[in-house]
Amino acid sequence: MKKFKEKLSGRVFFALALSSISALALITVFIIVQGVPIIAEVGFVNFIFGMSWAPSHGEYGIFPMIIGSVTVTLGAAILGVPVGLCCAIFLSEFAPARLRNLFRPAIQLLAGIPSVVYGFWGLLFIVPFIRNVLGGPGLSILAGAVILAIMILPTVISISEVSILALPRQYKEGALALGLTHWQTIRSVILPSAKSGIVAAVILGVGRAIGETMAVIMVLGNAVAVPTSILDPVRTLTTNIGIEMGYASGPHRQALFATGIVLFVIIMALNSTAQYITRKK
Amino acid sequence: MKRRKMTAAACCLMITAVLSLSACGGRQAASVVIAGSTSVQPYVEVLAEEYARLRPDSVIDIQGGGSSAGITAVESDTAHIGMSSRNLKESERHLWKAEIAKDGLAIIVHPSNPVENLTRGQLRDVYTADVTNWSQLGGPDARIHIIAREEGSGTRSAFDDLVMAERRIAHGAIVQDSNGAVRQLVADDPYSIGFISLGLVDLGERPVKVVRIDGVAPTRESVLDAEYPLYRSFLFVAKEEPVGPARQFLDFIFSEAGRRLLTDEGLVAEDWIE
Repeated sequence: MKKFKEKLSGRVFFALALSSISALALITVFIIVQGVPIIAEVGFVNFIFGMSWAPSHGEYGIFPMIIGSVTVTLGAAILGVPVGLCCAIFLSEFAPARLRNLFRPAIQLLAGIPSVVYGFWGLLFIVPFIRNVLGGPGLSILAGAVILAIMILPTVISISEVSILALPRQYKEGALALGLTHWQTIRSVILPSAKSGIVAAVILGVGRAIGETMAVIMVLGNAVAVPTSILDPVRTLTTNIGIEMGYASGPHRQALFATGIVLFVIIMALNSTAQYITRKK
Repeated sequence: MKRRKMTAAACCLMITAVLSLSACGGRQAASVVIAGSTSVQPYVEVLAEEYARLRPDSVIDIQGGGSSAGITAVESDTAHIGMSSRNLKESERHLWKAEIAKDGLAIIVHPSNPVENLTRGQLRDVYTADVTNWSQLGGPDARIHIIAREEGSGTRSAFDDLVMAERRIAHGAIVQDSNGAVRQLVADDPYSIGFISLGLVDLGERPVKVVRIDGVAPTRESVLDAEYPLYRSFLFVAKEEPVGPARQFLDFIFSEAGRRLLTDEGLVAEDWIE
């Protein structure tokens, strides 16, 4: 009887675990089934590198949106990664325990703010600021990059901090014993040793930024054009789905699923790179 | 091991099947099926919601698909009533039709913008980005920020039909996904121009300025008289004049309550059409 119970519980847990995997399988199969026909119809190259997105005229080119996703995410990384990395170094190396106990939950709280709140805040403060100070319509790459930079901070900070704290104590002690100053130790011993964790942190942050929809839909302006300045409005792959799904039907809807496939592939690639880098260590 | 996997997979399948079965079902027979234009659909949904409150036994089934699909559905008897946001073609003239309301498009700019009037040609040139500076239209020396709706939206397709003709809205246009968002942005940005449903111009905290088109300001009267050029008719189409439950729903739409609902939603509805 006892053995039976053991066996049964094992199977129940297995079935539940399988259901979470099958959710992934279900979604993957669904978007592929929905999206692939239109890619086949339009042609892979025309779909990825097409410059014109006009579903009502049968044109499905997503290249401007790939550029949009890349520029906004790059902007977010340029603004967010240095700040996040410095914050992680501060927390792991300089901060006294009391300050650390204040900072950590605060940063976790940052991750808990719903993205629509970030977007709304951006629309009410960052967009008018850019419009009044720098000109243009305000809805722009810059506005999106600023918001995403804040949103990726928790990811970048916590993963880099953990990877710095995971280093053996001997590294730091040895460096200090050899007469290096604290900053020299950080720069030439700690950061290089924690490199793979930090790179993974950046990649996961970038993955978060490229997949974000709600916050940026409100501040990017969603124009389907290749931008010429950071003050131009752009549309990302995610916002393309978010903004047009309401009324899309037929091939238009398929094209939105196809956009999802491209996004899926990009995020999978980023996540597996991050995993590969952390495992290699 | 292999058998265990199979059992688990079968369990998952069964759960999914039960869930999907319970999701559908409970469909009643005597429903009114309305299909067609996705521009008209949201308004009819609002009407149907109120109608269902008044007559809990009624079943109104509303589907999208587009004006042409709605008309085809009526002709092939798969829908009782078709919704159309375009006028009937020559080959469709034999169908019964009723105009439930008119949808006017207002062209809005920031209140500080001195531009009072645009011709339809000028408006088209602005949206194709052939005209890019307000000074070309008698305004300040500043770039025009054009704001459009997303592909697939009814307001966008109305604008395409009424203004753009065969031309395309420029790729650089800012795209917002609701009338409210367009209105908000125009109220904030001194150099922007946008189009929204006429009835929604006065909703919102901060004012926007409505531009005259070909010299005519959009009002309830100028839209009803067809003097103002930017409007569409929302039609109900049927094979022959509806009877039974469909007729009752139609009567509700043309009742005072139905008219008021449509007006509240931003449409221009005539008081009562015989």
